[in-house]
Amino acid sequence: MSSKIKSLKYNGKWDFSPSIESIENLSIQKEYQLFINGQFQQPLAKKYFPSINPSNEQQLSRIAKAESEDVDMAVKSARAAFNGQWGDISAKERAKYIYRIARLVQEKSKELAIVETLDGGKPIRESRDIDIPLAAAHFFYYAGWADKLEYAFPNRFPKPLGVVGQIIPWNFPLMMAAWKIAPALATGNTVVLKPAESTSITALLLAEIIKEAELPPGVVNIISGDGSTGNLIVNHPDVNKIAFTGSTQVGKSIMQSISGTNKRSTMELGGKAANIIFEDAPLDQAVEGVINGIYFNQGHVCCAGSRLFIQESVYDVVLRKLKDRMQSLVVGNPLDKNTDIGAVNSKQQLATIQKYIDVGVKEGADIFQLNCELPKSGYWCPPTLFTNVSQSHSIAKEEIFGPVLAVQTFRTTQEVINKANNTPYGLSAGVWTDKGSKAFNLASKLKAGVIWANTYNKFDPTSPFGGYKESGHGREGGLHGLSPYLNLE
Amino acid sequence: MILDLKTKVDKLGIEDRVTRITKRSLKSEAKLQGLKMILSMIDLTTLEGMDTNKSVEQLCYKATHLHQEFPDLPNVAAVCVYPNMVKTASNFLKDSKVKVASVATAFPSGNSSLEVKIQETKEAIFNGAEEIDMVISRGKFHSGEYNYVFDEIATIKETCGDKARLKVILETGELGDYDHVRLASEISIKAGADFIKTSTGKIKPAATLPITLVMLEAIKDHYYNTGKMVGMKPAGGISNSKLALQYLIMVKETLGNLWLDKHWFRFGASSLANDVLMQILKQKTGGYQSNNYFSKD
Repeated sequence: MSSKIKSLKYNGKWDFSPSIESIENLSIQKEYQLFINGQFQQPLAKKYFPSINPSNEQQLSRIAKAESEDVDMAVKSARAAFNGQWGDISAKERAKYIYRIARLVQEKSKELAIVETLDGGKPIRESRDIDIPLAAAHFFYYAGWADKLEYAFPNRFPKPLGVVGQIIPWNFPLMMAAWKIAPALATGNTVVLKPAESTSITALLLAEIIKEAELPPGVVNIISGDGSTGNLIVNHPDVNKIAFTGSTQVGKSIMQSISGTNKRSTMELGGKAANIIFEDAPLDQAVEGVINGIYFNQGHVCCAGSRLFIQESVYDVVLRKLKDRMQSLVVGNPLDKNTDIGAVNSKQQLATIQKYIDVGVKEGADIFQLNCELPKSGYWCPPTLFTNVSQSHSIAKEEIFGPVLAVQTFRTTQEVINKANNTPYGLSAGVWTDKGSKAFNLASKLKAGVIWANTYNKFDPTSPFGGYKESGHGREGGLHGLSPYLNLE
Repeated sequence: MILDLKTKVDKLGIEDRVTRITKRSLKSEAKLQGLKMILSMIDLTTLEGMDTNKSVEQLCYKATHLHQEFPDLPNVAAVCVYPNMVKTASNFLKDSKVKVASVATAFPSGNSSLEVKIQETKEAIFNGAEEIDMVISRGKFHSGEYNYVFDEIATIKETCGDKARLKVILETGELGDYDHVRLASEISIKAGADFIKTSTGKIKPAATLPITLVMLEAIKDHYYNTGKMVGMKPAGGISNSKLALQYLIMVKETLGNLWLDKHWFRFGASSLANDVLMQILKQKTGGYQSNNYFSKD
């Protein structure tokens, strides 16, 4: 490949006109309350915090903040439901409720998708085609397991744990709520769930759906708040299990808090995944996988393919393809149906990403960013990649949680296995090769919970998801996602 | 001949990319601009055993008088006919900007001797064809005789010289899988094709979005390696504007601005033009017109 050849241009000749999803019939409440014991109620201290649309920095709504007494009330109502109606109900009836929730999520999918996009900044294409359908699929899938637990765990007499506390992140707000609630209900537990501070609204819309599905009061309680609310759930003496998805830092502190108690836990934490392109890979599809791996959801993905390893013999051509492909990415209004990269979720997260970009430059890596116009207000970061990166660069070691890719090279299979595993994380990895034996070899050598071969960021409720090392423990999804919610003999 | 046989295609990856492209949403100005581009890129085609001089003349008339009421719209790129109709088409179109394209080389099967193929190509060019749409020998391709396929294309290219641009039809519906489409694209490009084209229109499936994407990627790799542009022509089965716009978005996002031009991208189609016209009038007037307002030649 010669570098003298004129580079290709992808913009300026025939550009998309705006194609904005209509929000005319949408109503977002001025204030959202806590959902406790089947009712929406004000927090006792009457404290609220704003929810901001990150694409224009305008306030969307005010969200109730649950404090100590509210949390206690939620846990008590969950315990009462577990000891009462929910504990007595047949497994088949439990399944019916979960199916009902799944269908209602489908019915309201358009509204949910738009709110997810307004509240979190992600492109409407993603919330419409990925987040909401996967949330519904998760409820459908686990509804099917509810009355088959004896078959899933033969001779092990599966019993629910009791009250589970669930704390979810801001990157896939509704989908994470579904991942947590669906298996907990299928296994007969009751739930106290806290959505992330910056993205509470779809979880509270899910509370409305749960109410509409006439789930018995107290079975699912959804209480909003910040980290302190989460702490109260973690430390509540009558909670049997904590299921947490979020940063490794918070995950560690939760594990410290619950050590010495009887509380069980599943932790789905950070990641710094390797996406590995071998010279025999289908290169154009690999490049597409890199794009999906790191720029999906603005890179706010725990399993994002944030470290790209390219075999040296194809380094130049892969990089050229990657840079050309990046030119077609549309950055801007998340409600535009053509938007590929939306707004960064919060001001705080933008500052974190910007800090890492500065560090990358300071440590001597070469930066390449998509040259695109960014909206005047809101939190934005263009798709970014760094070359001339080595294992010791901060941007190759630490989770950035933004659209920033660190590109490295390798020569041999053993070298790339060593480099890929040389991280405290181990959530996911991607392997691109036309050779099946090579893909299987790497799948067994890479220390990561999910390994994608010739694809990336593919999710399905039937497939278990979870980490090695500091990326957490326990699995969500599939048959594996049931046992963390069960006592087995 | 040096062939880069290493390049593989991942079926699911190609199809995922196509799905994403079909999710693009074209509105207002961008849609109108796209429709006009499509109109300018159409090879208006008639390839039937029952073609007559009169029916070809009628098609040529249509090619030059698509829409008298809207003079700012572009004309189609070419009229594509069998070799024995080239003279008729060429006489009709000699004062217009519409080019005459002729299929050749024992179209559609390609099952004839090289001598016959050369002779047919020469005659078509002598009679006024400015573009030659040849077919590759699929039987030889499946037998692994890639050198034969290559040499045949190179010979026809030599026959065309600088008098006609050569479009090479892979007949992808007979090639079996994407890896074969990729290989046939590379053989054709390296043997000198000015354009690579999916199909004759006689075999189903004809053009599809994933197959076209595989071919566009081969063109892109050739450009990366040599700096030389090769054109692309999907043909067969593209009969409505929505689908044609998806092809065009695929070109835009795979090869970029340079290929958004009738010199480098064509649609082989017979009924597409009417639908595109109807959509353009809808964009301009706000309402759909009866398809009886558009002549069906």
